[in-house]
Amino acid sequence: MSDGYRFCVDRTGILLFSSALGETNPIYWDEEYAKKTPLGGVIAPPTFAVSSAHWDPNYALRGVRKIPAPPPKPAAAASAPVGQGGGGAGSGGGLNLTRILHGEQRFEYHKPVRPGMMLTVTNRAGKSWTKEGKKGGTMRFSESISEYRDEKGELMVTATSVGIVTEKAVQS
Amino acid sequence: MKDANPKLKFHDMRVGLEYEAKLVENLTRTQIVQYASGSGDFNPIHHDETFATKLAGYPSVFAHGMLTMGLTGKLLTDWLGDGVLRKFSVRFVKQVFPGDSLMAKGIVRELKDDGENGLVEIDLVTTNQRGEPVVTGSATAALPR
Repeated sequence: MSDGYRFCVDRTGILLFSSALGETNPIYWDEEYAKKTPLGGVIAPPTFAVSSAHWDPNYALRGVRKIPAPPPKPAAAASAPVGQGGGGAGSGGGLNLTRILHGEQRFEYHKPVRPGMMLTVTNRAGKSWTKEGKKGGTMRFSESISEYRDEKGELMVTATSVGIVTEKAVQS
Repeated sequence: MKDANPKLKFHDMRVGLEYEAKLVENLTRTQIVQYASGSGDFNPIHHDETFATKLAGYPSVFAHGMLTMGLTGKLLTDWLGDGVLRKFSVRFVKQVFPGDSLMAKGIVRELKDDGENGLVEIDLVTTNQRGEPVVTGSATAALPR
């Protein structure tokens, strides 16, 4: 079980994520522009929360990075199954990476995520079910629900990821 | 409106209104790798050709579902403005491969009253160059009256 992990949101992280989407919207990096809008500053794009994977100590798809994430804030209190990461598809140790798919992703937005926020991310398992697929054999679906809270404990984003483990590769 | 920079007002919207945009032309492997680094998702199926083809049996590496969702999110923010989304959900229905070009379309399904704001319910579909849906979904945006 986990009390969550900290996700340090900064302008560089938002810039790199937005750039990968080919974004041209200055609200994601131009502080001078952003200050003149009602938002009053740079914000993160709608799907940015998944990049908390960089900070998730249980995230299985982190490449070669071995740096441990910072310890959770004591105030955070939520249970999470070990091996469930925030956001990305099929996080979790011991998975066969050739057989996992990201089936669905849902976000609920409560307040904009902004640079300078130190978010606490907690994760819990949601529903799980199985289905017979035409191409992939038996498919196991599981929901993973992540909550992103600011320093005051206020909820910013709720992200639900549905991962699928297939019997065999699903070719397009 | 607090915490938002809407481009449109609620009375600009009507059921059936559509907005369409090209999301990406000829998706590059470079962009997929850039997304891996931006998002932190280094599943080799998205960048390691040998892993994707020989081990997993796919025709080539393919884009993260979240890259396609992120690109689809651009349609929403370009259309409606920043900080206006309340919900955004997608289902990944088909893989997106290098060389694919994506279009997305949003259609207003329903308009709802929410006190100071109006809520706009939108259906979404993102298609590849063959017209096949790769992502379907929905979004809810709050717009000022």
